[in-house]
Amino acid sequence: MAVDLVMAPAAASARAAASIVVEAADLAIAFESGGQRTTALEGVSLAINRGSFVSLIGPSGCGKTTLLRAIADLEQPTSGRLTVNGMSPERARLERAYGYVFQAPALYPWRSVERNVMLPLEIMGMAAAERRQRAARYLDLVGLGEFRRRFPWQLSGGMQQRVSIARALSFEPALLLMDEPFGALDEITRDGLNLHLHQLWRSTGMTAVFVTHSIPEAVYLSTRIVVMSPRPGKVVEVIDVDLAAERDLDIRESPAFLRVAHRVREALRAGHSYD
Amino acid sequence: MIRRAAPLLSVFALLLVVWYVAAVWLNLDLARTLADDDATPRQIWLATLAQDRPLLPAPHQIIVEMWTSIFDHPVTSAKSLVLHAAVTAYAAALGLAIALVLGIVLAVGIVHVRTLDRSLMLWIIASQTVPILAIAPMVVVVLGNAGLTGVLPKALIAGYLSFFPIATGMVKGLRSPDPMQRDLMRTYSASGVQVFARLRWPASMAFLFPALKVAATLALVGAIVAELPTGAQAGLGARLLSGSYYGQTLQIWAALFMASLLALLAVALVDLLQLGLVRQRGGRL
Amino acid sequence: MSAGVALLLLAIFGPLGLALLSRGEGWAARVATPLLFGAMVLAAWQIVCVGFGVPSILLPAPSQIVVAFGTHLSTLGVDFVQTVLRAVLPGWAIGSAAGLLAALLLDRSAFLRRGVLPLGSLVSAMPVVGIAPIMVMWFGFDWQSKAAVVVVMTFFPMLVNALAGLESTGAMERDLMRSYGARDWQTMLKLRLPNALPFVFTALKLNSTLALIGGIVAEFFGTPIVGMGFRISTEVARMNLDVVWAEIVMAALVGSLSFAALALIERAVTFWHPSFRE
Repeated sequence: MAVDLVMAPAAASARAAASIVVEAADLAIAFESGGQRTTALEGVSLAINRGSFVSLIGPSGCGKTTLLRAIADLEQPTSGRLTVNGMSPERARLERAYGYVFQAPALYPWRSVERNVMLPLEIMGMAAAERRQRAARYLDLVGLGEFRRRFPWQLSGGMQQRVSIARALSFEPALLLMDEPFGALDEITRDGLNLHLHQLWRSTGMTAVFVTHSIPEAVYLSTRIVVMSPRPGKVVEVIDVDLAAERDLDIRESPAFLRVAHRVREALRAGHSYD
Repeated sequence: MIRRAAPLLSVFALLLVVWYVAAVWLNLDLARTLADDDATPRQIWLATLAQDRPLLPAPHQIIVEMWTSIFDHPVTSAKSLVLHAAVTAYAAALGLAIALVLGIVLAVGIVHVRTLDRSLMLWIIASQTVPILAIAPMVVVVLGNAGLTGVLPKALIAGYLSFFPIATGMVKGLRSPDPMQRDLMRTYSASGVQVFARLRWPASMAFLFPALKVAATLALVGAIVAELPTGAQAGLGARLLSGSYYGQTLQIWAALFMASLLALLAVALVDLLQLGLVRQRGGRL
Repeated sequence: MSAGVALLLLAIFGPLGLALLSRGEGWAARVATPLLFGAMVLAAWQIVCVGFGVPSILLPAPSQIVVAFGTHLSTLGVDFVQTVLRAVLPGWAIGSAAGLLAALLLDRSAFLRRGVLPLGSLVSAMPVVGIAPIMVMWFGFDWQSKAAVVVVMTFFPMLVNALAGLESTGAMERDLMRSYGARDWQTMLKLRLPNALPFVFTALKLNSTLALIGGIVAEFFGTPIVGMGFRISTEVARMNLDVVWAEIVMAALVGSLSFAALALIERAVTFWHPSFRE
């Protein structure tokens, strides 16, 4: 059974609190617009362990992006408790505890690739030499070292998204938050980036929270999958992915992989995602 | 509604306050010299807002001036602001009509005839960087020498100014359908006329209306400036000029306000036309 | 008679040449076609004026205008200094800078912005040149009053455009800065100002034309005996149309050259904008 889905928050903190990076207890988020109140999230309790790769999956409107944005202090919870590294999301944000990768690369077109990666480092007040070094290191890591003098719009969509990942990694956050980062890319590019991201996560040992609506992507990348359902957004089930730690793309045709994928689909169905 | 009106009203109120303070401050010297020797400071303060030829008239003075020059004189009188506004508006409207016809015809030509496109487009774009208004006095005088007087020279200048935004807007608009939409027409083997009537023309409306708003304002400016060089007897430009000669500040401000009202009216009229079309199209242009 | 034949030939072979030339691809044909068209217009103008003896108080021939440009060069120079360098340029710079500054201040308050923005578009729709007589009354006949007209004319287009530019930042880009815990001034400096630059340049270009119009038209309301607008209005009255045309040619040159200069700077500064990418 999932260890990191904790219904009683008190019990959670009793457990090895140090190993828990993100913890939500009975979290609810509602939006007010034009006098109408929409509940985006309701009764979400969840803990994410250090070093794990957790995917949030569900149909549109299930609140998976809202949950990620709340962790990043980009949305405010209406009720419930949410901590990141044992701090409030706001403190965590101000202490630069996480890197965020958006659905689109969101690169600044007036900055070269290298200077885009250096942007957070400038804001955090890092010395110029260190900035250049970091940018070089992480651009190499995503395999774009030779493109550092180019401008974002001279790169393909997949390359742009890799730059934005390098940018999120450049200040070496303990937590990487990704909101459907490959959603706008074609499937072949996406496969390549999935492999790339998996290796990156393996080599850095960071904690990752990944929003997606692709079942194979979630199974391939994750150690745990949180299945969510819409109206209002809720956690239906948390599924452990008991595949080998080291994965290549071929694993997606293995029976073990398909079994997990099937469980995810069943959970989605149970959450009325196909209605 | 209140959310939108509150900021606007506050800024408007602030503007009025600033205006009154500025009026007192600017007219203080004038009020002092014109006041009786035994005038109290209070009388002088009040006098700053009631000068005949103030450096800056107070808002209420302008409104009173507009009221009297609109309602206290018959429309045919030279003192009637309505007459002057109508003279200018007539020239501007006539010019706008000319520009609308010519601009659309030329845009259609440019979009369909490559030679016209290549020969003219550069000049049309370049002409927008040139202070065309500078030729207004000459056009008026030259046409006057050639025996053309009255509304026509003014309308020509107004039309000349408003022609360019309409032509460029329509060229853009007629070219706005994307390749997929044009390919669709090709698959129907539609004729040029059909493509124009069913695709290009409807698509261009989203560009025509914004251009028309700009053009209407320019036509008004053109008509006003065209009234300056000949010492025209009627029109808002004539009011501005004679006010300027005789130091009649109230007259200048009233004419200026009237011109602004006309501009707003013109833009509102275009908006109204646009609204009609938008309704027909289910809420979007 | 020979003028009629020349005009006829021009009317037949000119369009033919244009049609042939416009078939060509490449930039040479693209540049040559409008130039040929311009040359044809000038030629027709010259033929009509000289050949049919059009009096120069109606329309001087292009050759007469060129000659007038040469003989009145010193006058043109003095007028250029008075109108362009003293009134238009400072007015444009001050008005645009003030508009930008006001936009940065208004950006701090959503309330004020919602109040001022409709006002700004209102003023943009008004015939602002009409304030020229008032400015003459306030600042005197010399260049100061013209500069003031230009300041007022250029202020609002910059304000409205710069505000739109500052608002145009995408939600994702702003969230990114927020996720870095960036301070307001950092977001302004690193994201919102660079992002607003294309809008600022649009206003600067628009303002360069507006400023020239304002400077010239304001002089129709009275100046010391110098300036482009003054020269145009007085020489028109004295029927010296060749001088008037020379002034107009100069105004056109100043207008298009300053626009072109701004466009070049814009291209260099906002090379990353989609409209300039190759």
